Amino acid sequence: MRTDHIKYRIGKSKGFRILVFVLAFACMIPLAAILFYIIKAGIAHINWDFLVNIPRPVGEKGGGIVNALLGSILIIALASLIAIPIGILAGVYLSENSKSRLAYWCRLSVDILQGIPSIVIGIIAYFWLVKPLGGFSALSGSAALAIMMLPIIVRSTEETLKMLPPSLKEAAFALGMPFHRVIFKVIIPVGISGILSGVMLSIARITGETAPLLFTAFGNPYLSGDVTAPVQSLPLLIFNYATSPYNDWHDLAWGASLILLVWVLFLNIFTKLISAKWKVQL
Amino acid sequence: MNMETSIPASVIPSPVVRDGAGLRKRVRRTFRQIRGEGAFRSLLLIAGGLLVVLVLGILLTLITQSLPSIRLLGLKFIWGSTWNPVRNVYGAWPFLLGTLLTSFLALLISIPFSVAIAIFLGEYYPSSWFAGALKNAVELIAAVPSVIYGFWGLAVLVPMVRQLEARFGMEQPLGVGIFSASLILSIMIIPYAASLGRSMIQMVPGHLKEAAYGLGATHWEVIRHVVIPYTRSGLFAGILLSLGRALGETMAVTMVIGNTSILPKSIFSPGNTMASVIANEFTEADKTVYLSALIELGLALFLVTVIINIAGKKIIDRVTNE
Repeated sequence: MRTDHIKYRIGKSKGFRILVFVLAFACMIPLAAILFYIIKAGIAHINWDFLVNIPRPVGEKGGGIVNALLGSILIIALASLIAIPIGILAGVYLSENSKSRLAYWCRLSVDILQGIPSIVIGIIAYFWLVKPLGGFSALSGSAALAIMMLPIIVRSTEETLKMLPPSLKEAAFALGMPFHRVIFKVIIPVGISGILSGVMLSIARITGETAPLLFTAFGNPYLSGDVTAPVQSLPLLIFNYATSPYNDWHDLAWGASLILLVWVLFLNIFTKLISAKWKVQL
Repeated sequence: MNMETSIPASVIPSPVVRDGAGLRKRVRRTFRQIRGEGAFRSLLLIAGGLLVVLVLGILLTLITQSLPSIRLLGLKFIWGSTWNPVRNVYGAWPFLLGTLLTSFLALLISIPFSVAIAIFLGEYYPSSWFAGALKNAVELIAAVPSVIYGFWGLAVLVPMVRQLEARFGMEQPLGVGIFSASLILSIMIIPYAASLGRSMIQMVPGHLKEAAYGLGATHWEVIRHVVIPYTRSGLFAGILLSLGRALGETMAVTMVIGNTSILPKSIFSPGNTMASVIANEFTEADKTVYLSALIELGLALFLVTVIINIAGKKIIDRVTNE
């Protein structure tokens, strides 16, 4: 009787272990299905022509996504240009003045920024840049994405710099170095890997963002390098073509999806390698 | 200021002695650097303050831009169940309902999986090679762009749901709708609760578990009566973060929910969420009230997600500082 009860408890424990095992690995099924499907559907459409041509009108075979590729690069480069300096400076501020009152509000703001739905950021960029400038533009898209990059960069900079030993900074001060040179010549170079992995992560995060670009960068079927004109981007192209009723456009979207996926995965793996090497907590 | 005259030549290191102008230059540079120090400090202050100004600006812009709709529609905006911009009737209830239904359904579907992953990685196999693989795969789920989830959902999931609906004998098997959106969302939000849950479970002190084992508890009983109660608030915070993510998710939902402003009758009927209606109609809004009503939806979304995220963060802070 007693052994029966113990057997039941051990059996229950084993059963639960199997249940957890099954549930945990069941999540891998949709992930594998998505990756497999995107690769299968996309690989057939990727060739040299696909990478160097702009999309053709419906009905014509072929065409490519060069406008979206270059547009994405333009928007991301511009967003990085805005977000990286501000983000790093704010991160340095938070780690240097961690007890000040402004630091408290600043941290709260970072938390809030991180949680804002991306579509709301699109609305904001629309009112701050699109309306005053009188039209959709690459610049407004970049500004929206920069707002999304900021919290990640600030957080990773702050966390990295907090982990540095204070003796490092004290040694530099003892040599008579002024504050800004201590930061630029000692603190930032030592923590560069952590800061860099935050920057990479933020770029990986915004590369796939569509919602903030809907009413800012807007999309453009032609190649454009003008920052004050509408510009196409990969996720926007995927969204517009995927929801269109034409099969030719779906094909383009599958190819673009694969490229976007590879790009994002590459950025994530690269970030992981940096942060694993330096044990950065993000 | 003429330092070189007051200091005996023998005291000064040799390279400077030969060149008095060099020392003067050096002194001047030092003064400039000290001034630079102050400038740099204020630069840092500006960068920090800019973030606060940014958030306040976002809030202020949303409020001022949605004022016309708040003034004109008042509380009717929330409870009105008709959204008809042509007749100038704006009731947001279909979208509120759509958002709540998709988010909570997605949460309901995803919780068993994310808790299982958290227990698996935190308790059963904290450091084996396939646990590492699972951890990376979970992070991969978070990394895939939402527009790709949407596209895959449209091409693969929606036809599957349509077949399912046809088998259940539904009159109009559309495939697109609240159920499909919830399924896609439930995959997308797994990582948030899972990774936080994992780190919380790993923080359970070993002696508590060992004491339970010492009393003869099985592994399941240790998890049920020690690990889960100890990490309850951490798991709850993870679920809150997942919910925040689900509420604000736009693209994947927009692509599979069917986009109609009619009040959903069941979880299989097409609908719209607050985020998806903004994405669909923002550029078409030709009237001030119409645009302002959409922004009011954005404001509501902003406030709700901010509150949920801050609550989640506060719980995490409290748990990790204990």
